[in-house]
Amino acid sequence: MKHYLLSVYQPEGTPPAPEVLNQIMQDLDQLNREMRSAGVWVFSGGLNHPNTATVLRLDGGEILTTDGPFAEGKEYLGGFTIINAADLDAALVWGRKLAQAVPLPIEVRPFADVR
Amino acid sequence: MRDLPASEITRIFRAEYGRAVAVLVRVLGDIDLAEEAVQDAFTAAVERWPAAGLPPSPAGWIITTARNRAIDRLRREASRDDRHAQAALLHTSSAPIEGEGVVPDDRLRLIFTCCHPALSISAQVALTLRLLGGLSTAEIAHAFLVPEPTMAQRLVRAKGKIRDAGIPYRVPSEAELPDRLHAVLAVVYLIFNEGYAASSGDHLVREDLSAEAIRLGRLLTELMPDEPEVRGLLALMLLVDSRRAARTSPDGALVLLADQDRAQWDDELIEEGRAIVRDCLRRDQPGPYQIQAAINAVHSEGRPTDWVQIKQLYDQLLGMAPSPIVALHRAVAVAEVDGPMTALALVDELDLGQHHVFHAVRADLLRRLGRDAEAAAAYEAAIDRAGNASERDFLRRRRAALSI
Repeated sequence: MKHYLLSVYQPEGTPPAPEVLNQIMQDLDQLNREMRSAGVWVFSGGLNHPNTATVLRLDGGEILTTDGPFAEGKEYLGGFTIINAADLDAALVWGRKLAQAVPLPIEVRPFADVR
Repeated sequence: MRDLPASEITRIFRAEYGRAVAVLVRVLGDIDLAEEAVQDAFTAAVERWPAAGLPPSPAGWIITTARNRAIDRLRREASRDDRHAQAALLHTSSAPIEGEGVVPDDRLRLIFTCCHPALSISAQVALTLRLLGGLSTAEIAHAFLVPEPTMAQRLVRAKGKIRDAGIPYRVPSEAELPDRLHAVLAVVYLIFNEGYAASSGDHLVREDLSAEAIRLGRLLTELMPDEPEVRGLLALMLLVDSRRAARTSPDGALVLLADQDRAQWDDELIEEGRAIVRDCLRRDQPGPYQIQAAINAVHSEGRPTDWVQIKQLYDQLLGMAPSPIVALHRAVAVAEVDGPMTALALVDELDLGQHHVFHAVRADLLRRLGRDAEAAAAYEAAIDRAGNASERDFLRRRRAALSI
């Protein structure tokens, strides 16, 4: 079994209307329940907007604290789910369900093996 | 004793490469280890075969030798506390080995791994040619006009992704099969087309790639005999390839289908292709490759060409796989049946300005309508966009033949 990170990429701009968002949250809850009962769910969560982020970096032996995010972009990480799957095909099945529920681009990325 | 030159050993390894690598990937659980093992077996064959003679089953000999060499190598490395080797060794001892170790599904598994949609198309093509076709990295690099280190890196990255992302070594489930099979056929057809009408470079045809695609098509037909689209693709490639010799003049220039010397067509390939098309018709599960094969089967019949039937087939294709490119080809048939004016109206609706073929078709229709100035402009647009020197020369000659 491998761990896979399913990242939700959100475009910068106005969020969807409340009723649309409501439906998305319901679908997500449903999917998370499905993942738990299938025994693949490890962790999931939605993130606050990137302008709430703070960046720390080592600079000449001192930690510098600045207003975030680290990288400005047209899309940002909106949330993520970590799952446990036998192989990429199994992970992609869950990724597809997530892409249908959200409905935003999903990046499926394996965790590095720790043997 | 029969003389066994090194070139003959190389030829045998090339022919058996896909089979051997496919078995060893299953046994060893790793593509790089499998390739190394087959390379080791090749070295052993060069030492042994000239003196001992060709073994009764070269494929079996290669697989057994490769497996034994790989296990020896892994044992050496595992004893040096190499955890990667230990894991591979564990995998090896648990993998079933039947007889010579050949399971019919192995090559099929390998094809689906190589053509996994999580890999870029260029990586899918390179992996398929390398692992199933047994082409060297240098040969693939040459065929696609990229420097060898670039191609080597592409292969290393693709194999790394298969390993690290956990792309499985398995024939997809029934539910996934149609989509995944489509991806495999697309890769084979892309290899064929690159060989048939090289998208760049000085030569119109790269026969080695077309031949390799047909070999892969035959292999797929053997491995999946009940998939009509697999047969359709093979028939399509055979019928198109049957006209290869007639498609270029001795000086390498492009010759249009209507102007080709039919005596140069390969009757054997045509008959084989037509027989498959007839078989597909009996099975009656049409698909885009089968219809394109049927269109080419009509083209391979005697003159005059039955354009009405070709137009009907394009109607069917457009309904099944709508795309502007199909619509453009359909318009060519419409021009023959309903005249160039009707066809031009259809072509002008298509958003294909980036494609040289679009401009070439427009130019020809305008020429036939006597609108030479517009035709000249369309030829210029086609010449600017054609990446292949033979096609550019052809378009220049057509442009020059206009009265302006």
